[in-house]
Amino acid sequence: MAKLVDLVRLIRSKNAGPFELTFDFMFDDADNFERVRKSGVLNAELISRLYDVPIEKVQFYEVPPALAFKATIPRPFIQGDIFDGDNHGGQQYAPLIDIKVDEQPV
Amino acid sequence: MPSPTNENGETEVRVISAPGVLGSGFRTESIERGMSMNPHFIGCDAGSTDPGPFYLGSGKTAFSYHSVKSDMHALITATREAGIPLLIGSCGTAGGRPHLAVMRQIVTEIAKEEELSFKLAIIQAEQEKEYLLERLGAGAVTPLGDLELTAETIQRSERIVGMMGEEPYLKALDEGADVVIAGRSSDCAIFAGLPVRLGVDPGIAWHAAKILECGGAAAVSRPAPDSMYAVLRSDHFEMEPLGLDMRCSAQSVAAHSLYETADPYKLIESSGTLDLTEAKYEEISDRRVRVSGGKYLPAARYTVKLEGAELAGYQSVVIGGIRDPFIIRQIDDWQARLKERVDTRVQKVYGRDADGYVFNIRVFGRDAVMGPLEPVKEITSHEVGLVMEVTAASQEIATGIVSLARHQALHLPIPEWRGFITGVACLYSPAYLERGAVYRFNCNSVVEPRDPYEMFPIEYVDIG
Repeated sequence: MAKLVDLVRLIRSKNAGPFELTFDFMFDDADNFERVRKSGVLNAELISRLYDVPIEKVQFYEVPPALAFKATIPRPFIQGDIFDGDNHGGQQYAPLIDIKVDEQPV
Repeated sequence: MPSPTNENGETEVRVISAPGVLGSGFRTESIERGMSMNPHFIGCDAGSTDPGPFYLGSGKTAFSYHSVKSDMHALITATREAGIPLLIGSCGTAGGRPHLAVMRQIVTEIAKEEELSFKLAIIQAEQEKEYLLERLGAGAVTPLGDLELTAETIQRSERIVGMMGEEPYLKALDEGADVVIAGRSSDCAIFAGLPVRLGVDPGIAWHAAKILECGGAAAVSRPAPDSMYAVLRSDHFEMEPLGLDMRCSAQSVAAHSLYETADPYKLIESSGTLDLTEAKYEEISDRRVRVSGGKYLPAARYTVKLEGAELAGYQSVVIGGIRDPFIIRQIDDWQARLKERVDTRVQKVYGRDADGYVFNIRVFGRDAVMGPLEPVKEITSHEVGLVMEVTAASQEIATGIVSLARHQALHLPIPEWRGFITGVACLYSPAYLERGAVYRFNCNSVVEPRDPYEMFPIEYVDIG
């Protein structure tokens, strides 16, 4: 069982405008990208659960030319509003680091 | 401007983007190298909502006058020497009236210092409340999410800007402008309008624009902010960074469509939607990538995105830390007791004057970064950081409340100790920092104007 962090080049979070938060999972290696894709572990349901967002509000994309996955959710607080603790949305990805990826033949 | 046809008789438009955001700087040799490629124009995005609501609300800029002037100096002198247009969008971070006024002063100063003369176009993007109320009443405003734009929201906004499309830029160029400084713009419109006008397929032009607007960010790695160069032809474009130590790969260019966007395949603009579902990326040298397959689907109705900010109040904060393991292990309860005591005191001291105040405690080491989404519930650090933050109707009240909160926090008893304790290490004297007026983004809607120009009046100034 591998961890996602051992297979990706970069996991990042960022504002997509003041009202949305977006996560990028970027790979260097097509084998690792395919391995994660085939495992099916990264999906809208996972993001919905980890970030407490109804699944219909989660956008999830596979982007093969970029060797990347992308997920977008409504921001928990509007950017910069009184209770927001991350104006750029850049530090919201930590719960994704330890996601486990099933061993599967590529 | 050079001819938009190359020696083979094909459409060819060459564009420099320098840098991803005006004021961040770029290398002079990159611009010199770009100018040697005989570009048709230079574009630059000078704004973003990413620094937060303060800039739109207050009218201030995120980069300093001198940083922006330094970048503008290089761009104005290079484009005037070559006789090509310079297009700057979203001036002064938020692209409102005060932001454009600063840019106008910068341009005027540079022209005077360098003894340049040219025609400057200034395109406003700040919206009159009466106009927006009229559009709202006409049913021409549509929310993009859960947040509705109401008449009350419009009335209490400090500032609302519209995000202009490519049309006002083209109009300014048609009317003879050499340098265009524009208020809030679609980042891509700065770069897409002119190539489409010169014969490039809209899908190619808007896709290239999406990558150009971030300057060197689409390179494999970007050691410093720098510039990007693109050649747009009728059915593809090619892109390479102007810094010779940087390179683009098929993957780096494809991956850039992810950055700060919600949907990596579809980008909605005023005049249409860029669809990248069938985009192809091909490395044609170790630094250059060829891209094709982007499609631009014209919009059924023309809409302009609005950005608004309103005053949230005045804020004062106290920064401190806790090292006592007994307080740390009961921090939730400690915080609840503190809030209760503070509120009792506030009601006694300020009464109705404090109405609507917000006392927020951020505990670094627990969940200050992720808030309610933090999955780690246990504190494992030997110390925690504390930001006590009060937002109120005036600076005086905010500072008054945070000061009494500091005092209450310092001496809040816990059952483990008998006697008078001091339970918070305060960082500064005075302990409070006055943050001034703070703002919130209050608008996530589009408006349907009667035409692409009515929201964006253009003023021309003969400089020099």
